[in-house]
Amino acid sequence: MEPSSPPATRWHDLANPHRFRRISVHILPWLTAAALGFLAVGLAMGLWLAPPDYLQGESVRIMYVHVPSAWLALGGYSGMALAALAARIWRHPLADLAVRGIAPVGAAFAAACLVTGSIWGRPTWGTWWVWDGRLTSMLVLFLLYLGVIALIHAFDDRMRGAKAAGILAILGVVNLPIIKYSVEWWNTLHQPASIRVSGSSIHPEMLQPLLLSATGFALLFASIVLMRMRALIAEQKRAARALRRAALAG
Amino acid sequence: MGLARLLLLLVRRDLARIAARPGEALLPPAFFLLVAIVFAFALGPEPGLLARAGLAVLWVGALLASLLPVAGLFAADAADGTLDQLAVRGIAAESVALARLLAQWLALAVPLLLALPLAGALLALPLEALLAAAPRFAFGTLGLAAVALATAALMVGARGGGGLAALLAVPLALPVLVFATGGASGAAAGADRLLAAASLLLAALAPLAAGAALRLARG
Repeated sequence: MEPSSPPATRWHDLANPHRFRRISVHILPWLTAAALGFLAVGLAMGLWLAPPDYLQGESVRIMYVHVPSAWLALGGYSGMALAALAARIWRHPLADLAVRGIAPVGAAFAAACLVTGSIWGRPTWGTWWVWDGRLTSMLVLFLLYLGVIALIHAFDDRMRGAKAAGILAILGVVNLPIIKYSVEWWNTLHQPASIRVSGSSIHPEMLQPLLLSATGFALLFASIVLMRMRALIAEQKRAARALRRAALAG
Repeated sequence: MGLARLLLLLVRRDLARIAARPGEALLPPAFFLLVAIVFAFALGPEPGLLARAGLAVLWVGALLASLLPVAGLFAADAADGTLDQLAVRGIAAESVALARLLAQWLALAVPLLLALPLAGALLALPLEALLAAAPRFAFGTLGLAAVALATAALMVGARGGGGLAALLAVPLALPVLVFATGGASGAAAGADRLLAAASLLLAALAPLAAGAALRLARG
């Protein structure tokens, strides 16, 4: 369908799965080590050194897991939709793989956000769950992730499934602004966002570990996605080899 | 051939196909009434409770009814080569999808609106509430039909039937549900406009997504 020689840009150099494997194998150890380092420092500061909240007491420490999970669930979905868009526009062969790589990881972070939020909500609000705009939007995001994963696996050819799931992911982006502004629409129990571009209402002693652990979780997210993409490429190679063998034998 | 004329032809063809199978066409409103009946049985016959839950129940019924035609919406056309024929003639998959959306909307909204008084009576809804709900149903079903359309196109060639369709469609349809029932309860000002906005946005996006998915399905 497309001419076989794409423009020689660095973007397309990476499109070669072999080159991707070669480069990613060097990046991965550093990425994973950095992720674990940031997480160790950020979580240690958050769980032991940061002050307890004057209202919520020690229970506020779950924030250092909950808030990064929420950010990454959202950011991961945006990244997945961008990858799907890249797959549609440039037919970048790694973009469909990225959709497959990100979907379960993002779903796991969305689930972590929902579970930690629920555990945090019990002592703070006195209930495991409220149908507030933000909680509901995160639940919808989780369902969107599940839909993408289910659609990938509904096709025998998973790459065909990934393309269909990519369209679904782009369509689901319509829900992201709704998630963002849902607080203003249905604000009930959940506090409005505390960190904005213009500044933060969180005390620096709590903000610092939060940003450190968020960086750690983000790096962890990236390294898991890279590992998954490498595993998916290896799986494709194995399937292709099995097909070749079957053809030679038959 | 102009786009409007092309769309008109495609919509007429889709409507003729729906009318050729009245049994299938009557399934969504029958299902809609069935949901009302099932909820009335589950909630008990107390009119006050029924009236309070009634409109929400009807919206759930409309959402579920809109998903009924998903399995057959594109599968037959993909299997018998109709989609290929239309593509060979240079008709964009997006046009086919847009025409099908309009036909599906008519096929969903008109029978549902006709069934609405009966469903309202079953759930002890006052007449004013039904009259206020009717335009919301007319508009909201556009959004629901759009979600069903995109879901159907994405699922061409996929395994897993109704469960997968519900999983794909429900998150996309939730804004319609939220604004429709929010407007009915009078809780949020401007909910009707948000309902219209959500429905129109879905109606604008769904044919594009469905067109892309159909081209993907043709390989």
